[in-house]
Amino acid sequence: MSAALRPDLAAIAEMIPAGARVLDVGCGDGALLEHLAATKKVDGRGLELSQQNVNACVARGLAVMQGDADTDLGDYPAGAFDVAILSQTIQATFAPRDVLNQLLRIGRRTVISLPNFGHWKVRLSLAVHGRMPRTQALGFSWYDTPNIHLCTIADFVSLAKESGAGIERALAMDASGRSRPMRAEAWGPNLFADGAIFLLRGKMTGGASSPPAVTTYEAPRSSSALA
Amino acid sequence: MAETGNPKFLRPVTTADADVGQAMTFDKPLTLDCGKTLSPLTVAYMTYGTLNATRSNAVLICHALTMDQFVASAHPVTGKPGWWEDMVGPGKPIDTDRFFVICANVLGGCMGTTGPAAINPATGRPYGLDFPVVTIRDMVRAQAMLLDALGIEKILCVIGGSMGGMQVLQWAVSYPDRVVSAVPIACAARHSAQNIAFHEVGRQAIMADPDWKGGTYQLHGTQPAKGLAVARMAAHITYLSEVALQQKFGRNLQGREQISFGFGPDFQIESYLRHQGMSFVDRFDANSYLYITRAMDYFDLAAEHGGKLADAFSGVRTRFCIISFTSDWLFPTAENKRTAHALNASAATVSFVEIKSDRGHDAFLLDEPEMYATVHGFLNSVATSAGL
Repeated sequence: MSAALRPDLAAIAEMIPAGARVLDVGCGDGALLEHLAATKKVDGRGLELSQQNVNACVARGLAVMQGDADTDLGDYPAGAFDVAILSQTIQATFAPRDVLNQLLRIGRRTVISLPNFGHWKVRLSLAVHGRMPRTQALGFSWYDTPNIHLCTIADFVSLAKESGAGIERALAMDASGRSRPMRAEAWGPNLFADGAIFLLRGKMTGGASSPPAVTTYEAPRSSSALA
Repeated sequence: MAETGNPKFLRPVTTADADVGQAMTFDKPLTLDCGKTLSPLTVAYMTYGTLNATRSNAVLICHALTMDQFVASAHPVTGKPGWWEDMVGPGKPIDTDRFFVICANVLGGCMGTTGPAAINPATGRPYGLDFPVVTIRDMVRAQAMLLDALGIEKILCVIGGSMGGMQVLQWAVSYPDRVVSAVPIACAARHSAQNIAFHEVGRQAIMADPDWKGGTYQLHGTQPAKGLAVARMAAHITYLSEVALQQKFGRNLQGREQISFGFGPDFQIESYLRHQGMSFVDRFDANSYLYITRAMDYFDLAAEHGGKLADAFSGVRTRFCIISFTSDWLFPTAENKRTAHALNASAATVSFVEIKSDRGHDAFLLDEPEMYATVHGFLNSVATSAGL
């Protein structure tokens, strides 16, 4: 079995109900899916761009499609999954809003984690040096970065609202990937968090035609601004 | 009941000590999709490795249009190495130290399994065009009869490329409870208009050869060698890619300094294709080529399900790993992905891998390390969860 799961992935895993049907978009080498299958008996599927990563997933016994989040999500039926996960990937997509809308369509819930470009060090770096910041998590130069659509936590919260998604849970992450609950609209996390994880309510959820939920979420109501 | 014996080949065996494999003959008639029955039916096959005590380590390989059962051993007619020797063997991705590997010559073929060159019991002469038109599903039925006779109920993995991949898909649909996992490589759930078109060119070339004689050439001691060679030349182009052809041959001239202002083989590519065509007729039967290409043309898994491919896979519990190659324009990635999406929509367990290669459709037969890694990883995980 897998060794220690990366802390940010562990935080995501904690949000997934047992037995859920899960689509992990940009699933990498399948560490999260394997963990979810082993510990929560989820029926997991993956979508991954890199062929070597897909091979790694296949060797782990996972069901993973080689494909591109920007172009291939339209192939999945609406409401096909209990949870769609997009971990540290949205900033690398060509059309983040379209990808988010697809995820909200496919998944009854959507979990998204992203790096926060509103962190004070990033802001300070740009202010002081006048050059595009290179951070520990995003160590690329502007001209060769795969992260073509960076945003701040506030930016994402605004996009989520615009897309009609309800934010059920929000976690602030530090540089080591450890997370704690945050208030999504608070100014504190947007300045101090290295990244964030959101649990969103998809567009299929709550409607009269939506299938019954596998499990109900017990969302903790802790609301400290990056306590 | 089934009777075992040595397979009979159309062409003489060249290497005296060659492993010719086995053949099983069934008296029980096989009812075909066309409504006719076939009896007796002989299925020629090769096996590698050892069947374990619980009969749970069987891997069935389905071969492509012009291949045969000689997957990992010298071809008894041509003496050439097996067509998938890098894939199948001890320690190879399909590990014969671990798995019991079976490959049968397809129904309609010409390497020992009953086909148009076999003797028609009704006339005592070769079937020729009296041989019933067979389908991919008929081929799979014949393989199922063989596995029944060998006492193998569950198949750990059915794997194959091109027409072999079509059989893999058909296996999962026809016998969902028997197939634990499936690896369809570089194939499609239906033959496209373009592919039917290429097959038709090949068939017309054969039938336009005066030596074809309405399919009765065996009675005259001839064969439509020119027609079959042209069919092979045309088909061979579809197995390659423009990039591969350009890199390998470019506009290089063959054994001459300048163009001849004639119609001899000026270019290396012409000489190469002529060689491919000519060597093919030494090992393949023209009527078999007609029948097997027709079987591929008729293949459309969704047809019986109102055109909905996902419905064809409903209730299928098989684990799939679909593989395509970037430069394959005969069975392009889009077709392979279409199958994967249909499987996803039917809630089957499917992985899909697209391997970068500039070698076209033939890549599945060539040394493609990433394909070996995919197959090895997939088979290993399937075997491990099966307790092997």
